[in-house]
Amino acid sequence: MKSFLRRYREEAEIPTASMADIAFLLIVFFMLTTVFTANKGIEYGIPKKEKTSVIKPEESIYIHIKSDGYYVDFKKFNSLDEISGYIQKKMEETKFRKPVVIRTDDDVDFQKTVTILDLLKQIGVKNISIPTEEEIKQWKEYFQD
Amino acid sequence: MIFGYKTKKLKAVIPTASMADIAFLLIVFFIYSTTFSVDRTTVFLPSSTVRKLVEKNAAIIAITKDGQMRLSDGIHESVPVMSYSELNDKVENIVTRNPFKEFIIKCDRFSPYKNFGRIYQILVDNKVRNIAILTEQKIKK
Repeated sequence: MKSFLRRYREEAEIPTASMADIAFLLIVFFMLTTVFTANKGIEYGIPKKEKTSVIKPEESIYIHIKSDGYYVDFKKFNSLDEISGYIQKKMEETKFRKPVVIRTDDDVDFQKTVTILDLLKQIGVKNISIPTEEEIKQWKEYFQD
Repeated sequence: MIFGYKTKKLKAVIPTASMADIAFLLIVFFIYSTTFSVDRTTVFLPSSTVRKLVEKNAAIIAITKDGQMRLSDGIHESVPVMSYSELNDKVENIVTRNPFKEFIIKCDRFSPYKNFGRIYQILVDNKVRNIAILTEQKIKK
């Protein structure tokens, strides 16, 4: 039987009062756990051993990074601008074909190597070579400096 | 002065209805920008002007100022490596599984070059094709 009593209908609603609290709690979590990772750098392609050809020092630009400064083709350079100018000139003469060899002494900060790599990339040098310890030993006869 | 008029006082309220929307917007931003890094070694990265995005999921070798090393295959969390021979074995293992695997070197700017030099030798010996040296943006003065 149908009831004649008038029913009181409650409006359906989702309680949202605590929504902001939950959201801010999540924000705090993400803010604390987020670490902005470094994902950019300088790329360097290692030549395949089978295809490697020996470059004589006189055929390349030889940069030697020592603790007392930068030496390019056995001459000391006092500033990076000077090095940049010298390499730029040499590169233009050889239509950017000349390889550049970067050798760094063991005790020198890694930053100096990166600075030179960066400089060469800015100039547009494509043929950059970093000799391994073994190669340096093999080339001792050339690199007596 | 004007008499006879009763001023109606409005209750001071801060509207909070859109608070949740703003908060969720921020959450979405954090969710999208968060990437769980496989290596969290604290190093002072060298600075450079030329920087390119490095490959995702590349193996990472971290070197601190005092020569401590950590290695990650790019998928799992990095683990400490105690010696160069151990590093060599692990690099060999990674390269055997994927010969095209790129390696990221995360070396402290104040680390002596010999630390990088030895790792570079190991990478060359194991025929790694591409390496990337992580850097931070150089600010021109």
